[in-house]
Amino acid sequence: MREAGIGRLLAANLLCALSVLLTAVLPALLLDGFSVLGTHLTWLCVCSVCVATLNIILHLVLKPNQSPKRRSFAHKISRFLKCCIYFFMSCILFHAIIVLYGAPLIELVTETFLFAVLLSTFTTLQCLCLLGPNIQAWIRVFSKNGAMSIWESSLQITSMCSILGAWFGAFPIPLDWDRPWQVWPISCSLGATFGYVAGLIIAPLWIHWNRKQLTYKSR
Amino acid sequence: EPETIPQVNLVPTVALLLGVPIPYSNIGEVMADMFSGDGDAVSAALQQLSVYHINAKQVDRFLQSYSLVAQDLPAEQLQHLQELFSSAVEEHTQLLTQVQGTVVPPELEPRLGSLISRFQHYLREARAVCTQSWARFHPLRMVGGCTLIASSCLLCYVASELAASSQSFCCSCLLYPLFWGPVGAAVLWLVHVFTQEGLDLLLGLSWAAAVSQLGFFWHWWGQHLKRALLTGSQLPLASGGLRQRLRAWLGLAFPMGILFFRCGAMFSDSFVVAEARVAPFLLASLVMLLVGKLHWDGHLTVPEGPKQQLLGFSSYRREIWYLLCLVAMFLVCVRLSSFFHQCREEIPQCRPSVFLSPLASLRNTRAKNLFYLLCVALLAGLVYAVQSWLRHYGNLNSSDPLVLFVRWGFPLVVLCIACYWAVASSADDSLGKLQELVQVAVVVFPRAVYGLASTGLLLLLCNPMTVFTKDTRESAGCIVTPYLGVPGSEVDFLHVIPQIYKRMQESQKSRLERGSCRATVAAYGLGSVYSAALVIALTLLGFLLMLLHSERLSFAFLLLFVEAFVLLHIHTCARNLAGDAELFSVPWYAVISWLLAASQFFYSTGHQPIFPAIHWNAAFVGFHLDHNTNLLPAVLVGANTFASHILFAVGCPLLLLWPFVCEMSNSQRKKLKKESQEELQEVEEQMMEMRLRESPEEFSTALLRLGLKYLFVLGAQLLACVCAAMILRRHLMVWKVFAPKFLFESLGFVVSSICLLLGISLVMRVDCAVSTWFSQLRLR
Repeated sequence: MREAGIGRLLAANLLCALSVLLTAVLPALLLDGFSVLGTHLTWLCVCSVCVATLNIILHLVLKPNQSPKRRSFAHKISRFLKCCIYFFMSCILFHAIIVLYGAPLIELVTETFLFAVLLSTFTTLQCLCLLGPNIQAWIRVFSKNGAMSIWESSLQITSMCSILGAWFGAFPIPLDWDRPWQVWPISCSLGATFGYVAGLIIAPLWIHWNRKQLTYKSR
Repeated sequence: EPETIPQVNLVPTVALLLGVPIPYSNIGEVMADMFSGDGDAVSAALQQLSVYHINAKQVDRFLQSYSLVAQDLPAEQLQHLQELFSSAVEEHTQLLTQVQGTVVPPELEPRLGSLISRFQHYLREARAVCTQSWARFHPLRMVGGCTLIASSCLLCYVASELAASSQSFCCSCLLYPLFWGPVGAAVLWLVHVFTQEGLDLLLGLSWAAAVSQLGFFWHWWGQHLKRALLTGSQLPLASGGLRQRLRAWLGLAFPMGILFFRCGAMFSDSFVVAEARVAPFLLASLVMLLVGKLHWDGHLTVPEGPKQQLLGFSSYRREIWYLLCLVAMFLVCVRLSSFFHQCREEIPQCRPSVFLSPLASLRNTRAKNLFYLLCVALLAGLVYAVQSWLRHYGNLNSSDPLVLFVRWGFPLVVLCIACYWAVASSADDSLGKLQELVQVAVVVFPRAVYGLASTGLLLLLCNPMTVFTKDTRESAGCIVTPYLGVPGSEVDFLHVIPQIYKRMQESQKSRLERGSCRATVAAYGLGSVYSAALVIALTLLGFLLMLLHSERLSFAFLLLFVEAFVLLHIHTCARNLAGDAELFSVPWYAVISWLLAASQFFYSTGHQPIFPAIHWNAAFVGFHLDHNTNLLPAVLVGANTFASHILFAVGCPLLLLWPFVCEMSNSQRKKLKKESQEELQEVEEQMMEMRLRESPEEFSTALLRLGLKYLFVLGAQLLACVCAAMILRRHLMVWKVFAPKFLFESLGFVVSSICLLLGISLVMRVDCAVSTWFSQLRLR
């Protein structure tokens, strides 16, 4: 049973990773003049939208945390609205944190905001899909022994990897190599993407390696 | 394989192509292929010869004038070069007389080639002589110096961990090496006396330092082995050793990783140039990582009861909003401090901050007045904030000279600074006849500030206690006024009885008034006596340093004080949330963040580690004309440049003291609510800093450990700069980037170490004063 769970997780994660890679390649065939470095803002929008839709579809199909209660339609609508509000608030929060870290305040606002949207897609959207708009569950998941299933462990790993990737992506900015990918926010967003993909691949492997130590408290 | 030429060859080539004179100090060789012209080989050779002649004449003139001024070029080699030059030039002039126009007799053609090669030989030899003598490094001394600094860092680290374990043999480990040092120096001196060589002071000092460090490590290793034998016999080796060690290393990786990145950034010239942005980035990351770690370890959530664990819910404690507000304020301060940066000349598109120019340079009088009022308001606000902090902790109640100085002297200092800024920023032509008065005022006001500040510091040293004592004990005097002799008459007895009655009445009245309380001594402000002294010292130093900077940089100083205050509160809050029981040790992240903030404000007070960015006009604050000596302007410019290092180093003991001052009694009150009601009389009083006096050995050990940790982090940064300058000594940017950075970092290290010692000795002085005060109380 557990192995099947890890297998499903691996399949879902690989599909997400593949979709991210496709967003870099496919639009070049459909739109002319598209490139990840050249039209970076377009790529950010495309990537966020693709990853978001894929994640939503995967979680609707796979339903990793099935709640047995049937909810009313109005409840579902309110949950959906709450999710949207939380997502938007997390975008604003990420934007503020990025500006406080040293991003320009008045110039390049669109770039910073789209980077914040990308980071939110990689972190907050996963939380919303998996745990719903429930802040207490989020608090519980992001603590040391708080993961209650392999999907939540995977969520921990991918979120932390994408944020670490974004942090490391800030390192090439002061270098004087004059490369096109040193422009803000390309290096940070590429770092976040690499971190996310790496987290997607590492998470099933880590869970498989540690499957004896990971004991989840059953609800 | 393309031919490689030295970069210096570009200089004479481009100069001669443009038709301008070759720069005076050039030692490059002109690239003669550029001067071939359109004609045949012979005319090309003639043109090349003339170009070589010009270059050789320039190099010869430079070498001659250089040898007149300095003697590091060897004389016989210069003589040889001179001979080469004169023979080549003689032959060239001879050749030119035999040539008419561009027609060269065929027998002279082979001489052209040999003459060109002689000129080339001369130029290359000249450059080799110069390179050999100038770009000369002592690799052995460099490696020795690096090793010495690295072993000093290791010593600080080991000693800080050692002092934690036991206090008894830390004294032996630290005292004996102090004797070994002079012994080693004496040995070296004897050796030099016997071999009749001159003793290099630098080598002698290094040898003494190395010997004393060896002594320390030898003592430490002996104690370590002894302790391992003792504990090894009691406990078996832990089985999960590797995993536990890995976990311990990971636990240390969080603050040390940031330090590693900071030191690694010294090895790249782009990162050194951009260090004004790197230091705040790392500091913000450190604080966010701290919050993340607290969250991950579950310290931020309410401890779960079984019901909550079942539901899988967690909720945050109420103190987390306070912590989040502090972190947000901290990040805003860090971000705002980036508006005060100065520019380096390597970055042409950088614009220096508008706040760096003095107010006198503003043309718009309305803006000037507005900024002036803002700056004065900031100063007044700073005085008000410090006074209200002291008043809150009860340190402003007594009538000691120091407290009177804080109440009246601080506003006076602010007044003098405000007057000085008003006079210095006034336009030169607007005052006319008052010019002499202005000249006098420009000198008098800063000197008044210097005098007031030094008075304040002297008062602080003489009597640092800001404690107000109220003694309600009964005096132990005699009941009756003594009189000599035998009571002769009844009148004398009648005189005694009313006095006894009066005394009984007083003691009954006092007992009835206060119920069951005994008469005590009430001391106001004793709980923060150490921090109060440090805060007063920091404020005085802050005023002095603000006087030496331009007016609008007082915004930056306000940000400095606010950020340090918020950082201390974040540190305290994190300790309280983590439930850290070990109050006498300062964790590594606090020390590293304090030093990162010091670096951040070096850049945010308008400095850069390059020589053109030094604020030379700080030497003339209070001194209108030239100085007689070099010492005083050096001190003023040094204090201006290293202002943030001074303030943060003197304030370093606050990292130890602040958690005691901000002792949260909330947790204790909550515990009491949970426990039964009958334990109410065991209310634990807030002891604040007096908890430090309960275990004086631990207090002094804690100060020592804090100082050692601070020196370790400073030493690690210095080591990185030294290694970078050593490894990259042939880098293109070594004289523009790495060498100035090394000089500034080493001077900053010296200044920080001295100020750290001053700060710690101030705390020890306050400790002595408190001990004296207690002993005086007991005597009464």
